[in-house]
Amino acid sequence: MKRRFFLLAGTAGMLTLAACEREPKPHYIGLDLTGGDYKPDFKLSGPDGRVYTLADFKGKYVMVFFGFTQCPDVCPTALSRAVEIRSKLGADASKLQVIFISIDPERDTPELLGEYMRAFDPTFLGLRTDPQNTAQTAFNYKVFYRRVASGSSYTMDHTAISYVLDTQGRMRLGLKHQMTADECAQDIKTLMTSKYTL
Amino acid sequence: MTYLKSFAAISLAVLSFSALADSGVKISEPWVRATVPQQKATGAFMQITAAKPMRLLEVRSPVAGVAEIHEMSMSDNMMRMRQVKDIALPAGKAVELKPGGYHVMLMELKGQVKAGDKVPLTLVVEGDNKQRETIEVTAEARALGAGNMPAMKH
Repeated sequence: MKRRFFLLAGTAGMLTLAACEREPKPHYIGLDLTGGDYKPDFKLSGPDGRVYTLADFKGKYVMVFFGFTQCPDVCPTALSRAVEIRSKLGADASKLQVIFISIDPERDTPELLGEYMRAFDPTFLGLRTDPQNTAQTAFNYKVFYRRVASGSSYTMDHTAISYVLDTQGRMRLGLKHQMTADECAQDIKTLMTSKYTL
Repeated sequence: MTYLKSFAAISLAVLSFSALADSGVKISEPWVRATVPQQKATGAFMQITAAKPMRLLEVRSPVAGVAEIHEMSMSDNMMRMRQVKDIALPAGKAVELKPGGYHVMLMELKGQVKAGDKVPLTLVVEGDNKQRETIEVTAEARALGAGNMPAMKH
């Protein structure tokens, strides 16, 4: 028993020491997804016909939202908030790339995604792929979506988190739908200025 | 806290269109989210205040092949949308159809809804006496990327 106590005390001491040497972990209003089991890279097509991967955005922070353009509420709300977030970031806005990934590739044609993004901000990128790769990409982000029949048509249930990746393409933040643009911008600024090393 | 201030400012700035029907149902600030050309669905929002208890049963619009009343809900960060049979309109209490709650889903759009367009909506309401009445409303289309004034925290 005594030995175990010393072991515990020793471990705690080492942890304290280690914590003192490193920059403290920053506090976020949103979800800190740092180190989580995510595979944020993707291979998706843009409205220009180009295939994009995360390597195309190296050196930038990337904010990713999964949605669909026939969405009356959550998706335009999230994208409008992204417009506001960028304006609140001021000069740092150019460091943030906003990406919208369609979970409804059957209806979201490249042209429609292009037009839809332009209605919010011409720098936003709407990406899509085939249904199988859509499912795999969503899975890699732990995003859930499903088709729900509605009258003669269908709508989609889906995860409504905006994910933020750092300049190395690592998963860092989950901005909840209920967060205001101010709160999101604050979290992104914290991430941009944090010296916390992974 | 600045967002509270901007909310107040925006709320004041929002133009208010009100219509009072014979049924004593008042519709305030009806608006439709504008679309891009190929988009086939969008949402309509408004505030409804009934003088006596009523229910909103149906919404129709000539711009859409199908219009349904939907409710959005969020649980575990998952957004769900479901058609609802009707919306209860308690006497004297404003019921909001707004992002994050109820909306009218306009589907099979016959064309692009451009910002500034006047979109006719017909609301069908029913009182406790089972008498049905229709209310005609004109909703203004707001730009798709114009922000979500009444959307988030209130």
